[in-house]
Amino acid sequence: MTASTTTAASVGRYALALGDDALILAQRLSAWSSSAPELEEDLALTNIALDLLGQARTLLSRAGGLEGEGRTQDDLAYLRGEREFRNVLLVELPNGDFAQTIARQLLFSTYQLELYERLERSSDEVLAGVAAKAVKEVAYHRDHARLWTLRLGDGTQESHDRMQAAVDRAWPYTGELFTGDDDWPALAAAGVAVDPAVLRDGWDEFVDATLAEATLARPETSWYPAGGREGLHTEALGYLLAEMQSLHRAHPGASW
Amino acid sequence: MSAVEAIRAAVATLPDPEIPVLTLADLGILRGVERAPDGHVVVTLTPTYSGCPAIDPILEDVERVVRAGGHDQVEVRLQLAPAWTTDWITDDGRRKLLEYGIAPPERRAHGCSTLAAGSVPCPRCGSDDTRQVSRFGATPCQAHHACNACGEPFDRFKPI
Repeated sequence: MTASTTTAASVGRYALALGDDALILAQRLSAWSSSAPELEEDLALTNIALDLLGQARTLLSRAGGLEGEGRTQDDLAYLRGEREFRNVLLVELPNGDFAQTIARQLLFSTYQLELYERLERSSDEVLAGVAAKAVKEVAYHRDHARLWTLRLGDGTQESHDRMQAAVDRAWPYTGELFTGDDDWPALAAAGVAVDPAVLRDGWDEFVDATLAEATLARPETSWYPAGGREGLHTEALGYLLAEMQSLHRAHPGASW
Repeated sequence: MSAVEAIRAAVATLPDPEIPVLTLADLGILRGVERAPDGHVVVTLTPTYSGCPAIDPILEDVERVVRAGGHDQVEVRLQLAPAWTTDWITDDGRRKLLEYGIAPPERRAHGCSTLAAGSVPCPRCGSDDTRQVSRFGATPCQAHHACNACGEPFDRFKPI
């Protein structure tokens, strides 16, 4: 392992990927505000979104700093196009019905908790700091998703069918959670990043236990789309970014 | 009192913008106040939650109060590690929360173990016959509860 394999630029790209995961999911969850099944859920989903947005801000600032071209967290959030975003496809999936949102949350928060528990030991102090803070918040996110999965899965016939359909829809996108891009093995070996492959066992254990308790079947599929880490996204991301970025782009240089 | 001690005292007594009965010192987010070699004042804070929206007003308040003390050159730094925990809230802070009507967090917050919390006493009537309405409340740091005895709802500062 040579120093050149863990350049500031490669660490910055890693921070950007994790930050984009949090940013895009924050944007998705925010859209539930005023539309959730009950008021408490309006608060829960937006609270989760706010935690994620906070993680994204710090990670994007770190990415911009390491990139060294003067891009701020706002520049990165509002002025990049789809091909520059490095989030996994799972977080950009449309919200769908409440069960689909919960399924996405269960699968993603379980991954994020496994990730942050290990990232706390990163040799990059900002990544370690974000992880140490976020790991406690994500424990609440995961538990919230788990409880809803239980209520819906082990609920009425309709809630069960919708929850099963939701897990089936999201499942193929979980393959990408355990892969990374070409830089990541070197970053992981250098103690900066976490090799996502090591997260699989803990993720399987928690998700399997939750699905079983919810009387849901673990989906079987051989189709696992990917490409998000390289900037190859689904059609949905284009619409999401257009909505998220339009105000900022319409008033360049404006301040509140 | 030295200049640094005076600045520290001024910053420590700043109220939290969202829960103004608590000061920054009560919250346990003030890490330090120092003078850098070139003379400028450095105030170090640790944020509570990743996305806490109060951190921006807090940073502005800190800068304002330091400048008001006659120190033009001030820098406010955010120190992420060690991560803030509700264990850093002072005993005084916990008492003030209770008086204000917010159930304080219990000590020894340990991530997942706090998710299955026992009953939270009602800050108004003291009864243990309370229920959790939602794990999430009006701010990222609070959960929403209600008392079955006196009927009043109340917020709880979540252990984290």
